[in-house]
Amino acid sequence: MDLFEHQGKDLFAQHGIALAEREVASTPQEAAAAAERLGGHAAVKVQVQAGGRGKGGGVALVHSPQEAADEARRMLGEGFKGTKVTRVLVERLVDIAAQYYAAISLDRSVGKYLALVSNEGGVDIEETARTNPDAIRRLHVDAVLGLRPYQARRLVGHLPPQAREGSADLLRKMYSVLAEADATLIEVNPFVQLTDGTVMALDAKVTVDDNALFRQPEVAALKDSFPIDPVEKRAKDAGLQYVKLEGEVGIIGNGAGLVMSTLDVVQQAGAGAANFLDVGGGARADLIATSLEVILSDPSVKSVLINIFGGITRCDLVAKGVLEALSRITPQVPIVVRLDGTNAEEGRRILTDAANPHIVSAATMLEAARKAADLAHGKAA
Amino acid sequence: MAILIDERTKVVVAGLTGSEGTFHSLRNRSYGTKVVAGVTPGKGGQDVEGIPVFDTVDDAVAETGANTSLVFVPARFAAEAIYEAADAELDLIVCITEGIPVRDMAQVTSYLRGTSVALVGPNCPGVISPGRCNVGIIPGEICASGRVGLVSRSGTLTYQIVHELTQRGIGQSTCVGMGGDPVHGIGFIDSLQRFEADPDTDLVVMIGEIGGDDEERAAAFIDDWITKPVVTYIAGFTAPPGRRMGHAGAIITGSSGTAQAKAEALEAAGVRGGRTPTEVAELVAAALA
Repeated sequence: MDLFEHQGKDLFAQHGIALAEREVASTPQEAAAAAERLGGHAAVKVQVQAGGRGKGGGVALVHSPQEAADEARRMLGEGFKGTKVTRVLVERLVDIAAQYYAAISLDRSVGKYLALVSNEGGVDIEETARTNPDAIRRLHVDAVLGLRPYQARRLVGHLPPQAREGSADLLRKMYSVLAEADATLIEVNPFVQLTDGTVMALDAKVTVDDNALFRQPEVAALKDSFPIDPVEKRAKDAGLQYVKLEGEVGIIGNGAGLVMSTLDVVQQAGAGAANFLDVGGGARADLIATSLEVILSDPSVKSVLINIFGGITRCDLVAKGVLEALSRITPQVPIVVRLDGTNAEEGRRILTDAANPHIVSAATMLEAARKAADLAHGKAA
Repeated sequence: MAILIDERTKVVVAGLTGSEGTFHSLRNRSYGTKVVAGVTPGKGGQDVEGIPVFDTVDDAVAETGANTSLVFVPARFAAEAIYEAADAELDLIVCITEGIPVRDMAQVTSYLRGTSVALVGPNCPGVISPGRCNVGIIPGEICASGRVGLVSRSGTLTYQIVHELTQRGIGQSTCVGMGGDPVHGIGFIDSLQRFEADPDTDLVVMIGEIGGDDEERAAAFIDDWITKPVVTYIAGFTAPPGRRMGHAGAIITGSSGTAQAKAEALEAAGVRGGRTPTEVAELVAAALA
């Protein structure tokens, strides 16, 4: 779960990380009032769950409450890279002496965290990694031992002497945020040293592990503040993994790998998937019915492909779920069903016996994809 | 021979008394697996269809000689079950549980480095050596015993490809469902190494998906060390790129994590890849012909 910058900064504040004075605004008027209180000179920053704001016009420096209102109006109206913007952060301008970069992230390949510090901050760090790799110091942090003081000292050893102590302190605090909030990424680009010597985080990108939300109730509660599509919300509430895509074949499958493979095979058959929908393991009839309702509520869907390989999931229950959904709604499009694995024969028999005109059965995954693609394009399967 | 599990495997199930644990343990037993014990704290002395339940893994090992742990307990207790199995000096832990916090797994990984126990999973379908032993939830009836080794990050996609192989009369030595979590136990490289050393495996099928750089690292390893033929499948060519929060991830792996990047790395290592699960089975059939 990706946090908004202002939410990440609230976590930072709880751990004693120095931050610029700031306020969240959701209207131009609020932005103007905030800028006024902050002394007139401020940064107005879009709040989105993505990076690349600096380059993408998502940060503006303003020098009056009126300018703050204008920039906030633009950001709230335009959105950011196709994402709706519901709030901006108005932050007091500070006197920056130097800019740096720091991040602690999970390194999945070794099962440890990796801490990174660059003496070039406020720039594209991937560019720095390519052109000036020596600017970045990196080392692994064991999840049991945590970030040791000697590691923090080593990570900041290439910064100017006057910045090292404050930067090492910032790193230790970043690690405590990571450990205590179950974050998998804490990135600060830039962190800065002010002319008065203070080391401050001007940015906060925080990603929290979704699997750990059960023990992070405060973080989990922030979910309500994120924008979500109503169809996606309905799917999510039912426990389904659903992502809207651009194509015309609605997809239902079990297991992320099989669903991804189904999307690929549908494309090879000459059509495009309208969505990714994983019903998960052990899906029961009502969940299949809900899935089908979610898919059929999407007007761009011209045919549906249900691809189930039963392991924990029982194909007879999937078949019952399909029929249950069709007893509640009359689809305008054909539904291709392919069942294999646990109780597949029984599932196929249930569908054959029902003889529902909307259901087209398929024996293999490839055949199912071809039929669904043809039907989506108005051809007989 | 096979890898990881065979007729000598004796399984103790953590979470045997839960509904999933009971259902799949009994399925494993009816497949012929020696499921010798269960562990549920506070339920020692009971039994599940004749399988004795103990309060601790140590008790179970002392009484039954169990050497493999199968973990079904809920995510919040799973790390504890893995530590307990490791301390009881079992040979292998297969963790089916999904949804374990990644921080727990990073700590487990750190702890297991100092032990000789092997971990498969978490968030995985388990391991099967067809005709010999099944530890986990892979449906035994879709497999057949034979000489193809298989290792996969995905559950149901594994079933699909195993099914395609079996339908063509191509059996498997061992199928390893390594699981899809970012921090996991045995991966492609460890499995490839074991299959390379296994005299009863002639060819390895490797099934990957988008995210991370397991496939890229496996490609380099295959190039350097593996003499047996390898056939791969990568899922997710048309998956939308995830919203990216920070840049640290890309700097760490040096890889974009896309299916395209993985397929290219494997191709450069001389590994053949199928575009569909069906094509994978066809490539395997051709390579064995």
